[in-house]
Amino acid sequence: MSEAKLIRPSIDEIKALLRVERLPHIWCPSCGIGIVAKAYVEALLRSGIPPEKHVLVSGIGCSSRMPGYIKIDGYHVIHGRAIPFAVGLKTVRPELEVTVFAGDGDLSTIGGNHLIHAIRRNDDINVIMINNFTYGMTGGQYGGTTPEGSRTLTSPYGHIEGTFNVPLLVASIGAPYVARWTVLHYRQIVDTIVEMFKVDGFTFLEVISPCIIYTDMNRRDAISLMRMFKNQSEIDHTADLRNVGIERLDEETRFIVGKFVHRPSESYQTKYRKLVERVMKGGE
Amino acid sequence: MKNGLLKPGDYFLRGNYAFVEGALLAGCRFFAGYPITPSNEISAMMARRLPQVGGAFIQFEDEIASVVAIIGAANGGVKSMTATSGPGFSLMQEAIGLAFMIETPIVIVDVQRGGPSTGLPTQVGQGDFIQANFGSHGDYETVVYLPNSPQEMFDMAIKAFNTAWRYRVPVIVLADQMIGQMIEKVSVPSHDEIELVEYEKPEIPPEEFLPFDLRYEVPPFVAAGDGYRIHLTGLAHDERGYPTTDHETYSKMLLRKLRKIWDNADEIVEWEERLTEDADLIVVSYGITSRSVYKAVSDAREKGLKVGIYRLKTAWPFPYKRLKELAMEGRNILVVEVNMGQAYRVARQYISHEGVYSMPWAPGRVPPPEAILKKIEEVYKA
Repeated sequence: MSEAKLIRPSIDEIKALLRVERLPHIWCPSCGIGIVAKAYVEALLRSGIPPEKHVLVSGIGCSSRMPGYIKIDGYHVIHGRAIPFAVGLKTVRPELEVTVFAGDGDLSTIGGNHLIHAIRRNDDINVIMINNFTYGMTGGQYGGTTPEGSRTLTSPYGHIEGTFNVPLLVASIGAPYVARWTVLHYRQIVDTIVEMFKVDGFTFLEVISPCIIYTDMNRRDAISLMRMFKNQSEIDHTADLRNVGIERLDEETRFIVGKFVHRPSESYQTKYRKLVERVMKGGE
Repeated sequence: MKNGLLKPGDYFLRGNYAFVEGALLAGCRFFAGYPITPSNEISAMMARRLPQVGGAFIQFEDEIASVVAIIGAANGGVKSMTATSGPGFSLMQEAIGLAFMIETPIVIVDVQRGGPSTGLPTQVGQGDFIQANFGSHGDYETVVYLPNSPQEMFDMAIKAFNTAWRYRVPVIVLADQMIGQMIEKVSVPSHDEIELVEYEKPEIPPEEFLPFDLRYEVPPFVAAGDGYRIHLTGLAHDERGYPTTDHETYSKMLLRKLRKIWDNADEIVEWEERLTEDADLIVVSYGITSRSVYKAVSDAREKGLKVGIYRLKTAWPFPYKRLKELAMEGRNILVVEVNMGQAYRVARQYISHEGVYSMPWAPGRVPPPEAILKKIEEVYKA
């Protein structure tokens, strides 16, 4: 399917990429992960790369269950380690389009070390991080993205730790592609993922997603949350990333979204292939 | 050695380098690792050699990333390995369970040093004997080889890849600081004589393919991108690879994976036996310790003591059958190792008489032949 046509895929085309026999999925009503899963499938259809050449890798958590529902090669590995698995696979099979799909806890907290080093190396993988500000699978503990002051299962008197500003973190290490949307920005998420497939290097998309079950967002219903994403998000592609951190979740929160970074890049894997060519010719 | 694989012939090689050359001849084309003494010669040589043969090397941010990356690369259909020592091996344990669970062939060489903790980074130890098969949570099996020379580092590198890809299991080579760093003669056979287990894409059509098919002892392996569109998970899963909490389904799946090793243990186990027939006492050892035992036993024989040698070449599966036979015919057993009795405890499980003795030895030094001889004499009298 060529991108120029911009025809939305039919339900049948999308269904053909789902493991329908596994439905219903595990996600709670009002969860945003399914929206991003569908956006990924739509982006895959638009990518022009056959499904057999796309691979999903995930860690552990609600978001990491996503590859289990998509009918392409998918690897649901151990907590925090989706990135190194993806890097190993991509390095030996460069023709595959490898995407990591996981949550904020998996990628930025337990897997934080792999995240920063994959960016530093500029590994040629796509990373989609669903940020719902909590560990949903285990019942709502605080993590690296939980806003200060939040009352969670493990911060019953209020969270007193600082919060990662993930787009700033990722961009500061030099990721060639960094974007952030909320689950309300469905079209933008699809466009972004299609673009990520084309970058030779590390691409990062943060999707802000509701978890009304386990976060302070639980004072709201799904509709009012979507309204919050609509009314309180601001598209600013050139935002100063120092100011995009999400340190609270209430009526005052500003969700700054957009494509923050998109610059030319040559990945570790491309550089390594050149190195191998040089060495095999007898160079030092 | 510039480009290509090591040519047949005799070489004078360091154990760690011998392992690298064996691995490359076995078809290893991806290495991921993190610096740790005393295994560093392996990553350094891999970094130099892999690009020469069209492979890839990555030094990762830690041992967890390294082992997970080789699991990822192996799922791309490429023979992959990592090298480490005690602390790094401890960090790899969770992922070893994943490799077992999703039946991914990987090779880990653990050049053991003295432990626990940071221990003795530059000195010898054999304290990972139990960890190599029991370090990860849950019930799983690994195959663990125990080289005692640079020649065996070379031979067992090839064997490790073959076993890993034949049974789709993690295979560990437990070397030690001295075997890894000693330099000895290594003979490289003609390449045609080296038997290799290669990955072949199965002929089953994708719609009929089950990644964890219970009808097979070892189901066919498919790599990412082969068109099978598989889903693999570390969660308990059914034949399709889909998560399940059904007890009967999981029970069958777990047992099928364990039986790959249990039912083939006789094929996999290896040991070396010397002078056992007329022996009253058999000395069990492995790795560098066996080199000291050879001398001690030959000295004991000169003194007229009927002592034999049983050298473990696999730790897991433990080659117990023949050892048990020798013991139950009335021979006493003495286990000598550079730890506080790890293989001794295993030997004890299989031998029901009281004549099983341990010579524990703290890491840092190999017990000298004189000390072993003294222990032989002591046990021999008993």
